[in-house]
Amino acid sequence: MDLISLGIRSIFIENMIFAYFLGMCSFLAVSKKVSTAIGLGAAVIFVLTITAPLDWLIQEYILKEGALTWISPEFSELNLEFLQFIMFIAVIAALVQLVEMVIEKFSPSLYGTLGIFLPLIAVNCAILGSSLFMVQRDYNLAEATVFGFSSGIGWMMAIVALAAIREKLKYSNVPDGLKGLGLTMLITGLMGIAFKSFIGLAI
Amino acid sequence: MSTETLVQEKKEVKTEAWFSKRRKRFITDPLNEDNPITVQVLGICSALAITIKMEPTLIMSIAVVFVVVFSNLIISLIRNLIPNRVRIIVQLAVIATLVTLVSELLKAYNYEMYKVLGAFVGLIITNCIVMGRLEAFAMGNKPYDSMLDGLGSGLGYAWIILTVAFFRELFGSGSVFGFEVFKAIGIENMPNNSLMVDSIGAFMVLGIIIWIQRSKTGYVEH
Repeated sequence: MDLISLGIRSIFIENMIFAYFLGMCSFLAVSKKVSTAIGLGAAVIFVLTITAPLDWLIQEYILKEGALTWISPEFSELNLEFLQFIMFIAVIAALVQLVEMVIEKFSPSLYGTLGIFLPLIAVNCAILGSSLFMVQRDYNLAEATVFGFSSGIGWMMAIVALAAIREKLKYSNVPDGLKGLGLTMLITGLMGIAFKSFIGLAI
Repeated sequence: MSTETLVQEKKEVKTEAWFSKRRKRFITDPLNEDNPITVQVLGICSALAITIKMEPTLIMSIAVVFVVVFSNLIISLIRNLIPNRVRIIVQLAVIATLVTLVSELLKAYNYEMYKVLGAFVGLIITNCIVMGRLEAFAMGNKPYDSMLDGLGSGLGYAWIILTVAFFRELFGSGSVFGFEVFKAIGIENMPNNSLMVDSIGAFMVLGIIIWIQRSKTGYVEH
């Protein structure tokens, strides 16, 4: 039950985009068409669902203070947390490469849709961000997985909705200076207000 | 832009003033016409999250300037040694090391601020400005030029997020750097706009800054 409520919270209330501004770069750059937005969103969900539990394992069994006691009790004082950023980003970058190769090998059609977006994801802050948040909030393995997955869904929902709105606005008469990024910012702000109505939602 | 500067550099005479006209442009261009946030749409993630108050924003700006200048310098120094296929990983490793340094320094000297910024210090790694400058500039230019370029981009980023933070703190909390402006000028009951403290305010303020800046420079996106 807690897990479901955590999932709902990460999708709607603590949405990666509207609450934490994570993954904004690709959110703004790849939201011109709904179909590409869906492709990128799916790739993000996929990578997030794998990296969140993987980074959790690394944090728990390698980086945390005293985490290496499973090798030898001498390491109980050792704290490798300063290596956190490098480890996490390396895991993400390596995983993205691996996923790209696996998909290319086994499902060329999926690769055709996701392929071009995968390299972009390595530097998507939503991925690294969710790993860092997961550590900050002391989630357990199940919670971390649910958190990763539902954050991905929330991110996808936001980018698809924005892409749909931008497709509609394509032929509208917008002041010159506001075209593109400026208008997108204002729309995102308005969407954020809409998402605010989910506050207090709990199961 | 990178190819352009490359060609320019070949024509350049060997001895060049430390602050020649061409080098000044590395710093002045990103401030306005080629601003990383408002024109190139890079590094928005962290730009918005920490701009509720001026102080964390200032710390964040300094951190980003530091990381972008030194990662540009390091990558530029070793640019001929990096195999093309693994350059992303190499770049990420350099950036992550510098960010770790910043984060440890912050933890040691200003723990309060470290707690406020939290995960967002780590997110400098995925700040697209840093990666973008490495890819577009440092991989093909000399160390000193790359440093200047990094400094320019960092400052371009800094002034935008400081402006956003100024308005958000002023209207969201009624203060600037914690100094209560409205009380000081005699307005006692200035209501705080809670939308400004919220993420929505950040989107709106940045949207409007972009609008004003683009109307001035005449840049139009198609």
